[in-house]
Amino acid sequence: MATRSQSFPRLPADANAAAPAGARSSTASAREIVPVARAGSVLDLVGNTPLFEITRLTAGLIPAGVRIFAKLEGFNPGGSVKDRPARKMLEVGVAQGKLKPGKVIVDSSSGNTGIALAMLGAVLGYPVELVMPSNVSRERKKIVEAFGARIHYSDPMEGSDGAIVMCRRLIEQNPGRYFKPDQYNNEANALAHFETTGPEIWRQTRGRVTHFVAAIGTGGTVMGTGRFLKSKNSAVRVIAVEPDDPMHGLEGLKHMASSIVPGIYHEQELDDKIAVGTEDAYAMVYALGRTEGVLVGQSSGAAMIAALKVAQSIRQGTVVTVFADFGEKYLSTNLWIGWQQWRHERLQQVIAR
Amino acid sequence: MAVRVRVPTPLRRFTAGVDEVSADGTSIKAVIEDLERRHPGIRERLLDEKGDIRRFVNIYLNGDDIRFLDAINSKVKDGDQISIVPAIAGGR
Repeated sequence: MATRSQSFPRLPADANAAAPAGARSSTASAREIVPVARAGSVLDLVGNTPLFEITRLTAGLIPAGVRIFAKLEGFNPGGSVKDRPARKMLEVGVAQGKLKPGKVIVDSSSGNTGIALAMLGAVLGYPVELVMPSNVSRERKKIVEAFGARIHYSDPMEGSDGAIVMCRRLIEQNPGRYFKPDQYNNEANALAHFETTGPEIWRQTRGRVTHFVAAIGTGGTVMGTGRFLKSKNSAVRVIAVEPDDPMHGLEGLKHMASSIVPGIYHEQELDDKIAVGTEDAYAMVYALGRTEGVLVGQSSGAAMIAALKVAQSIRQGTVVTVFADFGEKYLSTNLWIGWQQWRHERLQQVIAR
Repeated sequence: MAVRVRVPTPLRRFTAGVDEVSADGTSIKAVIEDLERRHPGIRERLLDEKGDIRRFVNIYLNGDDIRFLDAINSKVKDGDQISIVPAIAGGR
């Protein structure tokens, strides 16, 4: 493992608005978001995702003065928005001396964070162990294993809270062995979005963003991005999206009232919360694929429904949401079971509401 | 026909926090109707407006996904074990 880099390279071009000019990499001369053309590490490829305008699906459904954009987070190297907090949590862990050679990275994750940690652990040279309920999608298990991580399975009947509890037990049994990024309680999670997602959206909309809509799993995206945007313009409205019932099928999302509330989630900072039904979100996923040519996961469907509702409630503005990942890794899940018979009537109902 | 039904965390608010309950019925459909009598509100979480199993709910009969048996009409017998499992794990 001696050849592996244990250090964090500089952030990619323009990824951090607050970074001093000297700390930026050489491609950072333009004000626009410039994708990294060459990279020496996947760490350099995190962030700087495209801002995609939704126009076809929304034609005739939203006022002329309103635009909807989505950050396509599937363009991150690990395939999801979770690369951002994972990178930041490991970076802060190393800086604080908590993550050092000999430690094993451990966390509970039903998917994308686990994938991000497994990928980053591989490149940084740390073993990774993940606790996940045994009913997470097959693709996710395989991706994590492909990066060399070890999986501990928790009881699917206990959901993500069961994985959290099992992870705590693992650490108690062997306290010195692990570094736990703890995405639910680590402020570096929200900080990643304050430093990257927020500034990117601000620049990509040229400061015109009026509403930020994001689904909540840990709350990191909505908290960190929201805080940054409000620091630039206190009139920006920050709206969280959650499942409409504790029993739901929106992988990655949490129904806050019935869950262990993450320590980094501060509801008082939100301007509003929108509840979305699973079946409506599924219908939106099908519609996005067939009208925009963008195949996303179910949480993006939920985010889009909420963004559409916000757009329909205003006369003028720029609504930005986050599509947390692309859809390939859900093809074996319930999202795509029997969808063809079902999608048409449902979407009409969703849009009519 | 008495069967045991394992209940996932998000549905335990209907079963006073209990993770396994008993119910009667000769089919999954009948068992769900009986569950609704004993734990009002639970059916709506399992079945959609048309009475089909919700798309994000998986029901296992002795370990087999009922979608690959006779779906909601799958026959059950005394002592069978039914598990209701949300399709997702929640949290990232």
